[in-house]
Amino acid sequence: MNIRAIVPALTLLALPLTACGDEEGAAGAAPSPSASPVAPAQAAKAALTITDPWVKTTDKGMTAAFGTIANTTGADVTVVSAATPASAAVELHEVVGAGGEMKMRPRRGGFVVPAHGRLELRPGGLHIMLMDVTAPIEPGGRVAFTLTLGDRSTVRFTALAKDYNGGNETYEPGH
Amino acid sequence: MGRDITRRGLIAGGAVAAGSTLAATGGYLAAARPGDRPAPAAPPAAAATGAATEPFHGPHQAGIATAPQTHAAFLGLDLRPGTGREALGRLMRILTDDARRLTAGRAGLADAQPELADIPARLTVTFGFGPGLFEAAGLERERPDLDLPAFPIDRLRDRWSGGDLLVQLCADDTVTLAHALRLIAKDARAFATVRWTQRGFRRPPTSQPAGLTQRNLMGQLDGTVQPADLGTAVWIAGGPAWLRGGTLMVLRRIRMDLEKWDEADEGAKEFSIGRRLAGGAPLTGREEHDEPDFEATDRLGFRVIHDDAHIRLARTADPSRRMLRRSYNYDEEVDRDGVTDSGLLFASYQADIGRQFVPVQRRLAATDLLNAWTVPVGSAAFALPPGCAPDGWIGETLLA
Repeated sequence: MNIRAIVPALTLLALPLTACGDEEGAAGAAPSPSASPVAPAQAAKAALTITDPWVKTTDKGMTAAFGTIANTTGADVTVVSAATPASAAVELHEVVGAGGEMKMRPRRGGFVVPAHGRLELRPGGLHIMLMDVTAPIEPGGRVAFTLTLGDRSTVRFTALAKDYNGGNETYEPGH
Repeated sequence: MGRDITRRGLIAGGAVAAGSTLAATGGYLAAARPGDRPAPAAPPAAAATGAATEPFHGPHQAGIATAPQTHAAFLGLDLRPGTGREALGRLMRILTDDARRLTAGRAGLADAQPELADIPARLTVTFGFGPGLFEAAGLERERPDLDLPAFPIDRLRDRWSGGDLLVQLCADDTVTLAHALRLIAKDARAFATVRWTQRGFRRPPTSQPAGLTQRNLMGQLDGTVQPADLGTAVWIAGGPAWLRGGTLMVLRRIRMDLEKWDEADEGAKEFSIGRRLAGGAPLTGREEHDEPDFEATDRLGFRVIHDDAHIRLARTADPSRRMLRRSYNYDEEVDRDGVTDSGLLFASYQADIGRQFVPVQRRLAATDLLNAWTVPVGSAAFALPPGCAPDGWIGETLLA
């Protein structure tokens, strides 16, 4: 519901093709250029672990998934796209700006998880955006996700659906 | 020294973490003798108790054999219409996930106040299924006997009685408890409405060594006699397969008329109970845990422990049939005349309500001398499913 409320704040129109563009960005303009070349496919399969994954409940439309991604390898790993049966379109989003100007937009270059580091996806920060939920995501439901990494390997996880009415304050001044 | 080790174990979560019945009840059911009292001077717990945890996973749910924490909140929920088996599975997955995290000192998923989660303070979260849940799930055939007869002394009120789902939260820290209660209540919202909330308290381990029998608000030592073996008295071994390792719970809200109790003299009080107020010894003995001599008579030939004394009527000859009692005091508002609303949240856990709770309560309801000062105003019974593994959820044996 709150996600819907902030839709007017989005400056970038969500296009399904954006994810592909991000992938290119990962190889080129990403802040960690070492991601793609160093992480071989086999290592990448076990390279990332996702803990505490959850997705915000919704009847339809937009919602978001969160969790902590850990990189167990000595090289940066890039998540270039995410997919779930719950939504035809999924984007990797960031929240940028400050005060009342905060906006969500697809993150160029995807999510780069630093070597031996963590990346936290949370309300008001990086998140996996479900753009078009067609069947209700109910509390306690389990939603499957697949992340595609820079080397085209994939990581799967299942998120627990929870009611959540927070996150609005992220878009208020002074926070 | 044995007591000392137990205490340290409780503080560190070590002894309790072993999860076995014996370890989990150390310092609680193990009857403390006055001579065993640790020196009250040293407060070894003071600095570290907040970090102590009670294990969530295991064959039984925590919060039953667990040494009673200082604070408790009992939440009685009514399922919303249309909340069937599938939805109940989702609800219990969420609540289990919350409980698993919070009891370990971790924030819940989507926890709006994650910073409140890092002091677990022996938090336990325990779930129970009331009769209405079985109906809602279409699983009435799996329902154990939770029926309580109407007792003549009862003055039950709906606002303290019944409920489809129980969540019992206990912790040594009220802030921890408030945070856990709120997260659970929020996460249950989509599935259920709140029927009642009952809050209770005991003396904290910083005031009185854990394991000693506590006093209720009438001043009596309450809970002296506990089952010898939880394996037979509490944990269910037969019956419906889904409930094995679980137990049945009775929660009774018993209001105390403390104004009237004040009017009784000490002798009358002790006569009605059958124990000394000061040390809890039976009127025929010297120490709290002395076995009462129910046949002893005085010079006039009257029984020392009256025929209708509380401890005579409450006594269960077979130790394997004793209920596990884990009660909390309650104390609500003080009215304009300075009269408190005080009483006991009597919580008993037993494998068979009909064979363990009901016979005792029938005797007490009929003639217990204490009835002059106590009135049951709330009553509810629940089936408490077994515990679960780290990848499981409470209630999965029934609802999955």
